[in-house]
Amino acid sequence: MAKKTQKETDIIFYIHRFNPDVDSKPYTQKYTIRVEPGMTVLDGLHLIKETQDATLSYRFSCRMGVCGSCGMLLNGRPSLACNTQILDITMKNLTVAPLPNFNIVKDLVPELTPLFEKHISIHPYVIQNKTDEMLDPTGEFYQSPEELTKYLQFSYCIKCGLCMAACPTLATDSEYLGPQPMLQSYRYSIDTRDDGFDKRKKVVGNTHGVFRCHYAGECSNVCPKGVDPARAIQLMKRELVLDYLKIKKHRSTSFIMGKPEGVKRRPEIPKAPPFTVEQK
Amino acid sequence: MDEHKKYPNKLGIIGWLGGGRWGIERYLYTLHRITGLGILLYFCLHIFVTSSRLFGMNAWEKWMGFFKSPIFKMGEFLVFVGFAFHALNGIRLILIEFGFAVGKAEEPVYPYKSSLNTQRPLMVIVMVVAAVLIVAGGYQFLGFVH
Repeated sequence: MAKKTQKETDIIFYIHRFNPDVDSKPYTQKYTIRVEPGMTVLDGLHLIKETQDATLSYRFSCRMGVCGSCGMLLNGRPSLACNTQILDITMKNLTVAPLPNFNIVKDLVPELTPLFEKHISIHPYVIQNKTDEMLDPTGEFYQSPEELTKYLQFSYCIKCGLCMAACPTLATDSEYLGPQPMLQSYRYSIDTRDDGFDKRKKVVGNTHGVFRCHYAGECSNVCPKGVDPARAIQLMKRELVLDYLKIKKHRSTSFIMGKPEGVKRRPEIPKAPPFTVEQK
Repeated sequence: MDEHKKYPNKLGIIGWLGGGRWGIERYLYTLHRITGLGILLYFCLHIFVTSSRLFGMNAWEKWMGFFKSPIFKMGEFLVFVGFAFHALNGIRLILIEFGFAVGKAEEPVYPYKSSLNTQRPLMVIVMVVAAVLIVAGGYQFLGFVH
């Protein structure tokens, strides 16, 4: 990491450009901007677009590391442009390229469709066998704080695709599921409200699934939310091995916690407002 | 959207070799694959050479004489180095795949710590053992031990 400076500095941006209507392959274009301390790479790209080149394309939305839209390769490392300060990573040159392992739509815009398709393939939702309860709920599925902790870390994923861009296995095997979907498969399978392990193991336990991961660990290193996909993948492997050996502990689904009985409403809690739509 | 031309941006083998500010486990990953391929290549050559015995004693002796040169001695040592690394790193990976040394899920608090930090002592131990084995093997190959 470059030594942080408190002065304004001229930084040269080497930005990978690609216009599908004109170019046969990407090329690099050079821009120089005056960078103030605290400026993020996204701020720099905005400045270039406003003052030097309006044709520059990149994807962004929230500007605060929540939406996961502005994933880019910054000086060779997948990062979010909005939560990476320029002077934190360079004092001179900054190479900005689109996320690798995805097709380039234009300039810095990657095509994230494969990520979402793979994500959908692992059934990323709670699958519950108690269909009657799901259609006509009588209470809530109970979950203890310890049970919540088992998957909470993995539920912070914002689907930015940085882990997929950093994965060396995905670089040589397009069919490989990649860190994000495999992480999600563990996140839902370990949830005590879920009964979908058997359905998911058919997807993540195959040739291009979790056992192709050899723990390069780069997915966890680049994750902007501290989600740690590498850990989830290893824990999913353990679940699959234990299941294969038929020594996996049977986990019963959360019990349904009904409404409390014999409890009076506290007087300081106001009554709910009347319904605004007609009740059946 | 789909009718537009897109540029395939696959890293391929370069994705193994780096091109970024990567962590040490990634280099071990790359080395694990390279040594794995090296050992596979050695295995194929080994089968080919030992099968020369089928063509008589002369063919066998010829091949054995050929492999006595210092270059092949060095090559054998490299195979040993690759094997020592691959075997020990493989044990580390198997342990990790069974969920050992990666820790439990925890609330992510910035600056984030991941399972890589949790398994690092194991990685250091394994690499030290591999280094000791390689040095001991080097003594043998360089002829200090008869």
